[in-house]
Amino acid sequence: MPALELRGVSKNFGAIVALNGVDMDISNGEVVGLMGDNGAGKSTLMKIVAGNFPPTSGKMLLDGEEVQFSKPIDARRKGIEIVYQDLALCDNLTAAANVFLGREKKKRIGFIRYLDHSAMIKHAAELFKELKSETRPRDLVRQMSGGQRQAVAIARTRLSDPKIVLMDEPTAAISVRQVAEVLELIRRLKESDHGVVLVSHRMPDVFSVCDRVAVLRRGTKVADKAIANTNPEEVTGLITGAIGSA
Amino acid sequence: MSSESHTSHADIDESITSHRELTGLQSMIRTQPFWVFVAIVAIGVVMSIISDVFFTERNLFNITRNFAFFGIMALGMSAVIVTAGIDLSVGSLMGLTGIVAGLVMQAGFSVGIGFLACMGTAALVGLINGVLIAYLRMAPFVVTLGMLAIARSIAMVVSNNKMIYQFGPDQDLFEWIGGESVFGVPNPVWVMIILTAVFWVAYRYSTWGRWVFAVGGNKDAAKLAGIPVERVIVSVYVICSSCAGLAAFLMVGWFGSVTNALGLTYELNVIAATVIGGANLMGGVAYALGAPIGAALMELIRNSLLLAGIDALWQQFFVGLFLILAVLLEQIRNRGG
Repeated sequence: MPALELRGVSKNFGAIVALNGVDMDISNGEVVGLMGDNGAGKSTLMKIVAGNFPPTSGKMLLDGEEVQFSKPIDARRKGIEIVYQDLALCDNLTAAANVFLGREKKKRIGFIRYLDHSAMIKHAAELFKELKSETRPRDLVRQMSGGQRQAVAIARTRLSDPKIVLMDEPTAAISVRQVAEVLELIRRLKESDHGVVLVSHRMPDVFSVCDRVAVLRRGTKVADKAIANTNPEEVTGLITGAIGSA
Repeated sequence: MSSESHTSHADIDESITSHRELTGLQSMIRTQPFWVFVAIVAIGVVMSIISDVFFTERNLFNITRNFAFFGIMALGMSAVIVTAGIDLSVGSLMGLTGIVAGLVMQAGFSVGIGFLACMGTAALVGLINGVLIAYLRMAPFVVTLGMLAIARSIAMVVSNNKMIYQFGPDQDLFEWIGGESVFGVPNPVWVMIILTAVFWVAYRYSTWGRWVFAVGGNKDAAKLAGIPVERVIVSVYVICSSCAGLAAFLMVGWFGSVTNALGLTYELNVIAATVIGGANLMGGVAYALGAPIGAALMELIRNSLLLAGIDALWQQFFVGLFLILAVLLEQIRNRGG
């Protein structure tokens, strides 16, 4: 059974149809590439899954159970984590502080509860190690490379051991060397049996880490194929409309 | 990748993550309050050479008491500035809360009731500021500029433009709290010391402190992380106003009288002290220790000019100079990485 199922998800913004009856499945340990031109509906679909806004019609099932989210925290509680394109980190805080932001670990003496810095630093260091990232928990995010920032954002998602991780253009704004690092991070998520949705414009990324690729065009899903059964030329054709559907 | 290279990679990771980049001392040296403190010590050394009066107990007593009021307010201001906000209403609020405390005690109530009225008024004004800024998304500069005018005006109206110098049954106690000392240290300085410790602990060890800095660093990220951003913003304005109320209560006790001009233009000195103490007006950076240190530098400049026989009219010149230098220093250090 897929971990996440989307059934006939549609979204209208006034007269504009952003999504039109999209069906999609994501299983544990599977990386699905979600591709499409600008305005094809990728971000809208991700935002619905992440709980930013509800679909106009259609439903979402998580482990076979229907779910409805009214805000991002609802989605997170159900095990859906999202890594935002702009990474949503606080530059003025350390890596460890960012990993635990909003979910701080606390110690208590009597009825006084205070931040447990050493536990957070230790746990963050473990997460970075698992991700094989050279990120240091005590460093300020301001001083970090794009790849390290990605590691912080991804480490955040692993605190709650989510079922599904959504990644919105994680390689859009970083150097070539760092892209390899981020793709490696995605493979780690897959190995630890997470379902991953990778929204990307970059064909090489999708073909190197994804098991399947889904293509959206003007709000409609036009293809959903195993990577082994397709090639970049076909996917490009599907995105642009040169190939109708596959 | 072979298993051997995996092991060595893991070893490197281990050494990287366990490596601590900066020792406590090194990271302290990188903060602005440290350098301002160095400047204070340097000025102190120079002044004790050129002036016999400077290093006397009496003079140091006066200096510390004079800057304690600003230090208390700068602590509150630091919390607001961390969130990339500003509170221009603190000076007027001193006038209003000082008058409220005076009127309540003049009417025959105890000093406890006077204190509660003073702090309640302050908290209410902070709440109004905070709600307008956090929930109605108004610019902090505009909201608190409006409150600057409103609070001063209310102070004038309720005081009927008269001085208050009779503080009811607890007059002696009230004047002792603001004007006297314990173990040779003026009471307002004790309050500032305790409050600095409270802020230091809160910034470092409380979830609230962490959230205040997160909101200042990236409000959207804080929101997405599930932090109640609006409530955090309201809280800093309530705290800032409460600090202004507390400073007013102590100052009126010290003066033994209050007019509605109490705290006039103090907001500029408080903001200057906070910024000299290392707070960044863009948000995300401030130090609990920076607030009293910034306030101390400003008072020290005033005191030193006086003792050196330089016209007191030059004081604002030097305060302004140090403010600009402090921000310039910060810029240079940031560019240097």
